[in-house]
Amino acid sequence: MGLEFIEGNEAIARGALAAGCSFFAGYPITPASSILNHMQQRVAETGCTVIQAEDEIASIGFCIGASMAGSKALTATSGPGISLYSENIGLALIGETPMVIVDVQRQGPSTGSATKGAEGDIQFIRWGTSGGLPIIALSPTTVGEAYELTYRAFNFAEKFRTPVFILTSKEIGLTRESTDLEAIELPERVDRKLIATESECYLPHAFDAPEDVPPFAPFGGDHITRYTTSTHDQAAYLTTDPETTQKMIDHYTSKIEAAADELTLVKEDFEDGAEVLVLSYGVISRSASVAVDEARRAGRKVSSIVIQSLWPVPEKRIRAAMAGIRKVVVPEMNMGQYRREIERIAGAGVEVVGVNKMDTTLVSPKDILTKGGLL
Amino acid sequence: MTDTPRQTYMTDALGPLPFCPGCGHDTLIRALDRALVKLQPDPSKVVIVTDIGCIGLSDRYFATSAFHGLHGRSITYACGLKLARPDLTVIVLKGDGGCGIGGTHLLSVARRNIGITLIVANNFNYGMTGGQHSVTTPVGGITASTPWGNLEGPMDLCATAAAAGASWVWRANGFDKDLADTIANAITQPTFSMVDCWEICTAYYMPRNDMRKKQLLEFAENNGYTFGLQVDKPRPEYTAQYRRIVDAAQTAPKRKSAIEPKLKGNLEKQTGIIVAGSAGQKIKSAATTLSEAGIYASLQATQKDDYPITIQTGHSVAEIILSPDRIDYTGIDAPDYVVLLSADGLKRIRSKVESLDQNCVVYAEESLELPPTNAEVKRFAFVDTGKKAGRFSMATVALATLIADTDVFPLEAFDWAIQRGRNPAVVDLNTKAAAAGVELVRGR
Repeated sequence: MGLEFIEGNEAIARGALAAGCSFFAGYPITPASSILNHMQQRVAETGCTVIQAEDEIASIGFCIGASMAGSKALTATSGPGISLYSENIGLALIGETPMVIVDVQRQGPSTGSATKGAEGDIQFIRWGTSGGLPIIALSPTTVGEAYELTYRAFNFAEKFRTPVFILTSKEIGLTRESTDLEAIELPERVDRKLIATESECYLPHAFDAPEDVPPFAPFGGDHITRYTTSTHDQAAYLTTDPETTQKMIDHYTSKIEAAADELTLVKEDFEDGAEVLVLSYGVISRSASVAVDEARRAGRKVSSIVIQSLWPVPEKRIRAAMAGIRKVVVPEMNMGQYRREIERIAGAGVEVVGVNKMDTTLVSPKDILTKGGLL
Repeated sequence: MTDTPRQTYMTDALGPLPFCPGCGHDTLIRALDRALVKLQPDPSKVVIVTDIGCIGLSDRYFATSAFHGLHGRSITYACGLKLARPDLTVIVLKGDGGCGIGGTHLLSVARRNIGITLIVANNFNYGMTGGQHSVTTPVGGITASTPWGNLEGPMDLCATAAAAGASWVWRANGFDKDLADTIANAITQPTFSMVDCWEICTAYYMPRNDMRKKQLLEFAENNGYTFGLQVDKPRPEYTAQYRRIVDAAQTAPKRKSAIEPKLKGNLEKQTGIIVAGSAGQKIKSAATTLSEAGIYASLQATQKDDYPITIQTGHSVAEIILSPDRIDYTGIDAPDYVVLLSADGLKRIRSKVESLDQNCVVYAEESLELPPTNAEVKRFAFVDTGKKAGRFSMATVALATLIADTDVFPLEAFDWAIQRGRNPAVVDLNTKAAAAGVELVRGR
């Protein structure tokens, strides 16, 4: 077993390449730029096409085009770039375009602090484009998870023909950590299901049951195919028919919602008799882990759940984690974005306490212990 | 490919083209069809890419593959398709409106020289939204948004593409008898090619401005616009060059291999080390060497760096954690060791230094004036020693001093990490610097 001393952004690039990523387009932005650099440095070995686009709109546009031509595409940016991706995210959703979008979060709003960490894009990613369709977002807590979850993100993107987000931050992206990537067990690689070559006619958005994922035919393949930003039917022809329109919306929605269990990635550390649950995600999970250990050493009964798949919200597992719980502590590097989801799930009788700050420094274990009332 | 030549690349499945009576788009689309018939490409290898605007209604009338994207962004999808599949014939149909909102993509594709063909259906206003002015509306043009006449100067799309480095540019108009040949010629170019086709908008621009064929040709004549070939400067196309270079690049850059821990560190608990100095003092590199040495000595390590976005100026601070166990929280609330190398670094972490407790040891450059602190302060001549060892060596000097003084792990591990360096001159420099740093402790 060997250890490498690498940053999260390198792990993301390598996770993507392990998943078969063959196209990267991005625009430089701190703290995401080094993903572009790491992808570029591996072009000779992988043959991956890597291009710096003229802006973020072009970055995601290139990726959508490349993905629809059959490539596994990756792009990476930070909050300001996600703002510019917004309209194309909607296109990728209704075009059923597999791709992975990395948000290496930094302090916002606006330009904010380019070199400072934050996790302020949690709800922004969820509602980042017009229409409110569900999306998939994974959030690593370590450099090793940045590798693993990027790989898994590609699998989800391919399987469900949809853009998948990686929500990481400067605090993981630009932090080096002793890591053994090779020791990480990865699931089998998934490639998008292709239309059978002998099929006469290709419907780009064909489904019987609304949750079905349509087979894919790349541009330039054997089949004539279409793609459109307009409200469309299964043939990707513009439609104004309300019934067809609703059917398509139900399709985009249910293919994600029906897969909720499969998309669930959480790490549970429960303690019998605990009435307090610490629910965390991203880099702050690491502070939570220290805080929970310390509270237990002080004789407190505390359970912990770490959410790796932020969207869709893994409600089933969160509900299960809340059994017997009277207080949920939710530490976040924002002013309480994911806490909204927990409050919604917790309902009456369960106190939900946020430990929040947005001063560019990490929420510390001490913050969680004191403000979360764990001692 | 079929044996008998295709008579058309359009489909009548959706009925006739949807344009207003007399609209120039109709002429243009039929000319594109004739151009494809002339060239006879495999329709599954042709992609018509459009975006928003009346001309964006046309892609689905083709029996080729079709891609209809966001307003002004068609060029980006086309480039993505072409980058992924350089063998495809990718044709963009775009309006003058799209050239405005997506102007940067026009500049970039011309400059990059990606081998797509851009056909602009240029009718001087936004038809789809009710006839507002566009980037090509003539001065004085009456539109929905310029009721007193357009005050903005029009953008010459051909000159703009040319200035951005386009290889092949043609200005056409909807009355050209040879429009289909022109388009076929454009498609045949291996480089980026653009046809700026001036047209009549019978719904809005023509009635408001009396812009019929005669007036359109007169406007061109009176304002120095010529029709026909504008640019023909062949240069290598991007995607072909890219593939050639990548396919030829067989050797991967040399990388550091994974570290097999061979030694034992002497730490029993998680230990935080902050190194603060100036940009240009190689703080980050030295901190990485320290961390890798720790890993070699069977410790876990994390490193975070804080520095301004400029280089060689201002502060540079590295935070390193070494631990016998897994490292969770990567913040250092109470550092065990602080290394201070310059006033820049001290300024950056001053409040931290002021609040250090007595368990912390500070290794400070002797010339620095320190604020009051409860930490134990050890002063060394890091700057002078670094100067003797060689430029950029001061951080390595100081970290060697720290290791020798604290024995967090064997010095052998630090030397091992230094020898991993890929640049022999740097390895040599750091080896000397480390020895000098150790001597600072042993010489006392």
